[in-house]
Amino acid sequence: METFDAFIVIFGSGIRLGVPLILACLAGLWSERSGVVDIGLEGKMLSGAFAAATVATFTGSAWAGLAGGVLATVAVSLIHGYASIDQRANQIVSGTAINMVADGMTALVGNAIWSQGGRTPQLPATALFNAIDLPFAESFGAVPILGPIYRHLISGHDIVTYFAFALVPMTYWALYRTRFGLRLRAVGENPAAVDTAGISVRGLRYSAVVICGVLVGLSGVYLSIAQAAYFQPHMSAGKGFIALAALVFAKWRPWPALATCLLFGFLDALSIRLQGAVLPVIGPVPVQAIEALPYILTVVLLAGFIGKAIPPKASGVPYVKER
Amino acid sequence: MSAPRKPLPAWADVALIPLINVTAAFFISGLVVTAIGENPFEAVRLLLVGALGDLEGIGFTLFYATSFIFTGLAVAICFHAGLFNIGVEGQAYIGGLGAALACLYLGFLPGYSLAFVAIAAAALFGAAFAAIPGYLQAKRDSHIVITTIMFNYIASALMGYLLVKVLRAPAQMNPETPPFPPGGIVPQFHEVLALVGVKWPVTPFNLSFLIALAAALGVWALIWRTRLGYEIRTVGANPTAAVYGGISPARITILTTLLSGALAGGMAVNVILGEEHRLILEYTAGFGFVGIAVALMGRAHPVGIVLAAILFGMLYQGGAELAFDKPKISRDMIVVIQGLVVLFAGALEHMFRRPVATLLARRTAGPPI
Repeated sequence: METFDAFIVIFGSGIRLGVPLILACLAGLWSERSGVVDIGLEGKMLSGAFAAATVATFTGSAWAGLAGGVLATVAVSLIHGYASIDQRANQIVSGTAINMVADGMTALVGNAIWSQGGRTPQLPATALFNAIDLPFAESFGAVPILGPIYRHLISGHDIVTYFAFALVPMTYWALYRTRFGLRLRAVGENPAAVDTAGISVRGLRYSAVVICGVLVGLSGVYLSIAQAAYFQPHMSAGKGFIALAALVFAKWRPWPALATCLLFGFLDALSIRLQGAVLPVIGPVPVQAIEALPYILTVVLLAGFIGKAIPPKASGVPYVKER
Repeated sequence: MSAPRKPLPAWADVALIPLINVTAAFFISGLVVTAIGENPFEAVRLLLVGALGDLEGIGFTLFYATSFIFTGLAVAICFHAGLFNIGVEGQAYIGGLGAALACLYLGFLPGYSLAFVAIAAAALFGAAFAAIPGYLQAKRDSHIVITTIMFNYIASALMGYLLVKVLRAPAQMNPETPPFPPGGIVPQFHEVLALVGVKWPVTPFNLSFLIALAAALGVWALIWRTRLGYEIRTVGANPTAAVYGGISPARITILTTLLSGALAGGMAVNVILGEEHRLILEYTAGFGFVGIAVALMGRAHPVGIVLAAILFGMLYQGGAELAFDKPKISRDMIVVIQGLVVLFAGALEHMFRRPVATLLARRTAGPPI
């Protein structure tokens, strides 16, 4: 029973750590499926987190913070879109630039406004997205096995978390069951064919970039005004890159993306939990090994030793009409 | 966007466009400084005084520049082969491991021979760490951008483990190695100058700078004066054509990443063997990423890279002094400038091309009717 409870706790924190990954990973999925490679997820997440915390601080409203965070990341996304789509730039370079500017700018401006080394003031609970208790969480929680699962894993999350989980079937449906989704996937594989059919490659890619901005913005919002109650510099701490790894690991598909992000979130929770723990047989746990596992798994997958991760064919390739 | 790009005169292509791009980056930086309520001209003055105002400032500037020459060259040599190596940060970090292992376990080597072995070990470890993504790109078609990003984190986790659990000196709180023996140290300029009776303030500026300049010369000679360099440029320009020319892109990819990783290891020579004299946690401090900005700004040419590296050295040294005088302009400002340089000199490098081309065409053709 004790191990069961411990697992419930680790899974619960795995879900919480997985949410920003799910949102950022879906964001990357939309962008890359349309042919725009996005290694700037990290920077966008940071921009969203900063804008959300700043707006929430000034307005005292979590929803205003959400709007601010999402608007900020859409704006950053459009810069990447302009460079990638209209300027036919190297998308890796553009993503790198976004990561650097966001990393520096959020810390600089935060420090200039509040003079706390870039940290924003602690937000009151009213300016945050708080945990929601689903019906009967308390009474049903007494039931063995299923009770704790319902009470601690399914109930008790904030609205952004539930929305993140809802976005997976929504993304699946939009990409695989609608005309827009078919065209969007086509433009990531063979833009010339889409163009020949009289559909705007540019329009499709820009819409994908905007959707990406909205989703990755939510991941930033989650970081600063749902998971934490403040923004602090570099708080995304590589999550944007883990989301990128998850995207590769999930081979650019929504449901595997959810599973991978939860796995990576769980590994993260496990490494925090096992800090300093001594296991039988293994001895002291090298937590660094668990921390590195998502990256190692992704490299092994990329190397084609377990399956093969093949990106959308036209991803990273600017579309030139006459060719 | 459908009209083909107009050809530009060579001088505009080589000098004018890059200058406009970098100016745009600095102009936006100035706006940022203004927006946070400081005077950008005052900031530039303080920055220049901090970077070049006295011999000490110059020493630190050139010390940082040395690291940036190495990381810039590492990124640039991959650019020539059409590869984007984001893993210079991790490769430099692992290069530091090589240097440290040599110094800690080969301390019996006589005199300065240890330093030469340590330098070779830094290059070797950097190269080996870069070789894995290079091999995976060449033989297993895994995208080098993603694998090198992953390898940065793998390096960070590995080094965290080694420094905390394995290499840490006994009775030592901080995760760092014991100090290196004197034979493994690259001498600092103030020590060398003291031998000939010249007084120079104590700075970490060390002889690695000369190695960096030699490396820049070596990269220039390699890329433009050797058969291998020709093959690298051919693969970068058109891998399919390279195959028809009897060049194996896989072989070139692996060789180029090896060289790139070895150059990244040079940063360990400068910081670990030249300044710290012991291996410390996260010593690379993002300098591997600065290499991307340096390589783009220097247009992947060694001369441009040395100049861009000195400019970034000034920014890092002057920025530290500036942050001291004006706490509002924290050192994050330098990261912003760096990002804007990558944005304008890299991602948006063609943005000003059309207007400039139109302007030049109008000037030479006379006024339009």
